[in-house]
Amino acid sequence: MFLINCPFCGERDQSEFSSGGEAHIVRPKQPTELSDDEWAEYLFMRKNIKGIQFERWNHVHGCRKWFNVVRDTSNDKILSVYKMGEKPPVNYK
Amino acid sequence: MPNYRIHKTEYIDETKRVSFKYDGKTYFGYEGDTLASALLANGIHLVGRSFKYHRPRGIISCGAEEPNAICQIGSKKDLTEPNVRATELELYEGLEASSQNCWPNVKFDIGGINNFISPLIPAGFYYKTFMWPKSFWKKVYEPLIRLSAGLGKSPTEPDPDIYDHKHVHYDVLVIGGGVSGIIAAKMAAKNNLKTLLVDDKKILGGSTIYQNNENIKIDDKLSSEWLKNEIQEIKKLSNLTIKTRTSIAAYHGYNFLLAKENLTDHLPEEKKKNKIRQRLWKIRAKKVVIATGSIERPLVFNNNDRPGILLSNSINKYLDYYGVTCGENIILFTNNDSAYETSISLHKKGIKNLIVDLRKSASSELIKQAESLGIKIYFNHVVTNTFGYRKINSLEIMKLSEDGNTTVGNKIRLSCDCLGMSGGWTPMVHMHTQSGGKLDFRDEDQVFLPKENSEDQISVGSCNGDFDLENIIDKTVNKINKFLEIDNQDYQDTNIICSKENDTRNIWLLPNKIPLGKTKCFIDFQNDSTAKDIKLALKEGFRSIEHVKRYTTTGMATDQGKLSNMHALGIIADTAGVKMGTLGTTTFRPPFTPLTFGTLVGRNVGKFFEVVRKTSMHEWHVENNAEFENVGQWKRPWYYPKNGENMHDAVQRESKAARDSAGILDASTLGKIDIQGSDASEFLNRVYTNAWSKLAIGKCRYGLMLNEDGMVYDDGVTTRISENHYLMTTTTGGAANVLSKLEDYLQTEWPELDVYLTSVTDHYSTASICGPNSKKILNKLFPNLDLSDENFPHMSFKEDKLENINCRIMRISFTGEQSYEINIESKYGHSLWKMCIEAGKEFNLTPYGTETMHLLRAEKGFIIVGQDTDGTMTPSDLQMDWIVSKKKFDFIGKRSLYRSDTVREDRKQLVGLLTDDPKEILEEGAQIVSDVKSKPIDMLGHVTSSYFSPNLNKSIALAVVRSGKTMKGQKLIIPMENKNINVTVSDTIFLDKENKRLNA
Ligand SMILES: [Zn+2]
Repeated sequence: MFLINCPFCGERDQSEFSSGGEAHIVRPKQPTELSDDEWAEYLFMRKNIKGIQFERWNHVHGCRKWFNVVRDTSNDKILSVYKMGEKPPVNYK
Repeated sequence: MPNYRIHKTEYIDETKRVSFKYDGKTYFGYEGDTLASALLANGIHLVGRSFKYHRPRGIISCGAEEPNAICQIGSKKDLTEPNVRATELELYEGLEASSQNCWPNVKFDIGGINNFISPLIPAGFYYKTFMWPKSFWKKVYEPLIRLSAGLGKSPTEPDPDIYDHKHVHYDVLVIGGGVSGIIAAKMAAKNNLKTLLVDDKKILGGSTIYQNNENIKIDDKLSSEWLKNEIQEIKKLSNLTIKTRTSIAAYHGYNFLLAKENLTDHLPEEKKKNKIRQRLWKIRAKKVVIATGSIERPLVFNNNDRPGILLSNSINKYLDYYGVTCGENIILFTNNDSAYETSISLHKKGIKNLIVDLRKSASSELIKQAESLGIKIYFNHVVTNTFGYRKINSLEIMKLSEDGNTTVGNKIRLSCDCLGMSGGWTPMVHMHTQSGGKLDFRDEDQVFLPKENSEDQISVGSCNGDFDLENIIDKTVNKINKFLEIDNQDYQDTNIICSKENDTRNIWLLPNKIPLGKTKCFIDFQNDSTAKDIKLALKEGFRSIEHVKRYTTTGMATDQGKLSNMHALGIIADTAGVKMGTLGTTTFRPPFTPLTFGTLVGRNVGKFFEVVRKTSMHEWHVENNAEFENVGQWKRPWYYPKNGENMHDAVQRESKAARDSAGILDASTLGKIDIQGSDASEFLNRVYTNAWSKLAIGKCRYGLMLNEDGMVYDDGVTTRISENHYLMTTTTGGAANVLSKLEDYLQTEWPELDVYLTSVTDHYSTASICGPNSKKILNKLFPNLDLSDENFPHMSFKEDKLENINCRIMRISFTGEQSYEINIESKYGHSLWKMCIEAGKEFNLTPYGTETMHLLRAEKGFIIVGQDTDGTMTPSDLQMDWIVSKKKFDFIGKRSLYRSDTVREDRKQLVGLLTDDPKEILEEGAQIVSDVKSKPIDMLGHVTSSYFSPNLNKSIALAVVRSGKTMKGQKLIIPMENKNINVTVSDTIFLDKENKRLNA
């Protein structure tokens, strides 16, 4: 059970949050110009990394804000938390 | 009655005699006893039958690792509990316990015959046998297996006890109150850290608390005396909380642990009443100290499972803690020093005993002491067989060969009434591994140890492989100082004398002259798996420890292999010729010991099981006899039976009334989202398939919302209240998800939009009045409102006051009748409803529930998202292409509508179905085919909605059918169990295609 440091509320139990999958997937600005394959890449393809992963989380039973999390999936350690729109920390690339 | 209680101890209160029943017979014990110690004091060893062979089995241990002495507690239908370990159950007045797995009784039972046919019950028996014929499984095999091999009975009525949950936060959690745990807790608490110490036993002290050998001393005191002093001291520490009778069930990531506290299980019945029975502690600790100790290993030799064969250290605890001897003529069989402590203790109490030691020789102070007391020791000897049916009465030993692989010389037969075995010690690394820690293997004494300790978790004491007292104390103190970043000097001058040494001679499967097939060398006592089973599994090709475990069921009983896993691994390694430790271990999964469901559920039972949402009109529905349907968490009126009507009759009456005159529905549960901001129109354009910019103020529009994959997600009517203010409605069940989805897009994809979303579902109550007379009823309620079709047409919105209270009125329809939805602040919802009913009396205004609502909308071919759709339907599949804007540049899901898969013409599409026999009502979910002769029958689709329409006087249905759009007029078949139903594909709109009724 993670302890997640919501950038707006502070440390809260995992049960207050919901996970929103991979972070930094930007919705294409001109979907109509994409081929089926390109659209499918956006729509369906997600990374599933053993190691450092960038994820979206929502403090759904709290402030309801979305934010980003850097998590090492091999040991579940959350390495960094940052707000939507902020650049991902470079040291985990 | 025999009495094996041979001396007084401070842990047994002989002034408090306790009577209890075991297998129907009354016995006596004392306060402080466990059920196991009381049984042993009464000379009872035989406590059950083994699972597969039904061999007699006795108490083997004194703790959580007990595989045999599991019993059924109580006999009440609501309060009986199976699989309770007698070794952990504290005795109380009136306790009723019975042995399990021994129908018809423990002394003689039918399953015992399995013992003699055991060559026929090899590893994987249950997988290999009972396979054929299939028809035998349900009627013959399963009842037989269940009858002869049950593991206890479940209660058949609800648990009347109270259970509790508690959330706590600590700086330091110490698991285990033995010597290392006590030292750790004291060091932490004395350094201003808020500390919690938990121990599963009634008192602290672990196995040191009854230690009384003068070769093992601390600061010149017996180690037990020194420890008692320490315990007195830590009880005075104000920031240390001590919880006894509390066991950690699970260790999750981020130092989140679950502990079960037993509060009343040790109390007599009358004192249990109205008290919380067990409490689940949800612990968050910054740092965790694991001091869970170790358990003694059995030895694997022929017939090692007879009653009267116990772990050597357990014999010691029964003697020195409970004052009970397990026999009068005891043999101790060991491969290490610890059995000598037991031997010396027994000797001191005058119990005759001798030692069989696998080692060629040993010479610690402890052994010298045993020798000087005249205790006979057979070094380099092995037990090769035991005798006695219900209890051991003698055994055979033989000399070991030089390499330990075989026996040599002659058998020596020794009589005894009890055998203690010690195969060394297994550190309890469960907590460490549950937390994600890895293990190392130490070859010298063949133990798995915590590989590394992290910054927030550490193992100390014998669970870390430190077995002698000097090591335990020194290392614990050093490690804790480092771990907690403190500098505690309390133990700097502690002087420890420990004469035990650590050498062992480990042989996993002891040698025997008799071939393995003819011996019974048990590994897992509870699941009855033997060394032979393990070897057979390897011979049959199983290699992975996880596979061998499942195939032989070793380690899979309620004790989870606490005594058996190591031996299974050892024998696999030996047989496969690989080094132990290279195979890894099986996974140690929580819970460490079984939990009751009550503890897990806590207070969330009965009406607290789930949140219930009720509308403001709920009481009226109850008073008017409504049957309710659960829609999400909401209670919605389903139908209102009158004069003993059944559901069908009530729905037919309600449906007819709604179309003939007027009906009223409580629509308060529909999701309502208030949308404001200068970009509100643009936002709606992006989330709905149709266009919103041109919707005039005061008008309503139906919208369809898709997922990004193009599949229909939700629908509802949205009203433009003012330039930058909309009110969106969603389906009842979808409300929360729609809001979350919209928030997600706003926060992450379109943060530049000036839009604010607020859920107002609970803020408004909604009464929806429909039918040809609805306008007249509205006129009575709102006499000043111009209800003419010119002023207030279909799909428009007005505000008016009802007794000075603001109402929002939408003229929108889900039934195809002209229809008004009156929204009012929730606190006035009940009054609004009553005023509507009153105003509608002269028009036979009929309250209707969700079932009639569904029927009426089906007549009009309106979909219900989630009933007629299932997450694989596009708007086009629903024949709703009209609602998808061709002009809009983008909206959620747009691009997916022309993926190669979504434009396929043979997708399942929504159609109407009419049965050839108009009285025949189809079953929702029924499969649709065109040809019943082909095999396999090609399934074309299924029925999604089906009703008998009283307004059309015939059965109607909606269905999804492959290429359904092109099939109008075509005959199809619905094959049912007893008949085939013939249907014809029709339009989805069955009633009033021209929408005359909407504006009538
Ligand atoms: Zn928050």
